[in-house]
Amino acid sequence: MQLFSSSIGRKIVMAITGQCMVLFAIIHLLGNSTAFGWLTGGLNAYAHHLHSLPLPLLWGFRLGLLALACIHIWFGIQLTIENRACRTQQYAVKNMQKASFASETMIWTGALLLLFIIYHLLHFTFQVINPETGALINPDALGHPNVLAMVVAAFQNVGIALLYVGAMVVLFLHLSHGIQSSFQSMGWSNDRTQPCLIKGSTLGALFMFLGYAAVPLIILVRILK
Amino acid sequence: MSDHKTMTLTLIVWRQKNANDPGKFETYTAKGITEHHSFLEMLDVVNEDLILAGKDPIVFDHDCREGICGMCSQVVNGMAHGGQDRTTVCQLHMRKFKDGDTIYIEPWRARAFPIIRDLIVDRAALDTIVQAGAYVSCHTGGVPDGNAILIPKPVADESMDAAECIGCGACVAGCPNGAAMLFTGSKVSQFAVLPQGKPEAAARVKALEKAMTDCGFGNCTNHYECQAACPKGINVKFIARMNREFLKAQFS
Repeated sequence: MQLFSSSIGRKIVMAITGQCMVLFAIIHLLGNSTAFGWLTGGLNAYAHHLHSLPLPLLWGFRLGLLALACIHIWFGIQLTIENRACRTQQYAVKNMQKASFASETMIWTGALLLLFIIYHLLHFTFQVINPETGALINPDALGHPNVLAMVVAAFQNVGIALLYVGAMVVLFLHLSHGIQSSFQSMGWSNDRTQPCLIKGSTLGALFMFLGYAAVPLIILVRILK
Repeated sequence: MSDHKTMTLTLIVWRQKNANDPGKFETYTAKGITEHHSFLEMLDVVNEDLILAGKDPIVFDHDCREGICGMCSQVVNGMAHGGQDRTTVCQLHMRKFKDGDTIYIEPWRARAFPIIRDLIVDRAALDTIVQAGAYVSCHTGGVPDGNAILIPKPVADESMDAAECIGCGACVAGCPNGAAMLFTGSKVSQFAVLPQGKPEAAARVKALEKAMTDCGFGNCTNHYECQAACPKGINVKFIARMNREFLKAQFS
């Protein structure tokens, strides 16, 4: 199929999978924001609601996300290898006019995000890393997991909190180029909208960074206990 | 002219005998250059000296020297056409440089543009893309009436903005991926917006996209270096339009 073999087709696939993952990241951020207390019962109530979803729905969602990530990574690597081969000899003077640090490092910020997501899943979802904080999630008599206790215990550790904040800096870089780039690849852009898209992309990425970094930071400075 | 101050510049120029030669940089001194010399005239002065000294002159592409033919093709200090906005290197003047400057001069570098000699590259791949369908098929016969197809001015302008491309290949040279998306996007767009081009729009975008990949050009990563390099200021909106046309073509 042309969508998976052609140059533009694969860019469109990168854009769609990327946008879907950004939508997931927004939902995840909404979930995290329950830690600020707008939902009765906070983070624990949210976690309980999530785990009360029918299993096929939950696992369908998880497997769908896994498939999106795999496709995004596969084509990202493939396109990058091809692109490197199309310019084997570099100029003696590197003088980029419009490319940014973020746009030039997409493959590396992407790789770092993959490592972070694996760590994050092992840390909070499967509780393999730091099992002593993971054990705090143990459900109470009603079967409600205590996610807040686990998260608070983890982020009171300076190293872990800073690791999460650092990973969100990487997310900021990846999204600041990625969001506007996906609009361009989909063809949802012209000369009037493009300057707004570039600014909006940076602002959106900044919003995600601030939202995600807020939870480890407010726990680290003991605002949330 | 004689009362003008002259400049002395150090040129570090890529010299390569043919496509198989690994090539290397050579250093030359350009003496007696005035601010009124164009970049290519400055090279002419250097070449006169080289010829008098019995050495091979620096070989470079050029034709009109008016900035409209798209023949000149040099990367100056890492920027295709030297980095002056909307200017080909033949229209870049030495007043943009200072006495004592060191200038790096390199050919377009992309896999799809093999080096023929020194600063000359083979840009036939761009012609291959055009031959794949960057035209409108029409039947021969009587001359059509001038106003038979009415085209609103904004639509005509949009098409002309894309058609301004002179096919120099600076977009490919500027692209870190050696991609020809701005060139191909402008060809797709100049026809896609016009009523005469619409019937073949879907087939055209597919054919041009395939030709582009087959010629060994890279994929777009939206750095927009192509737009910065383009001496005609072609906007990357035409890449977005090509992407849109390509997506539409999948369903037609």
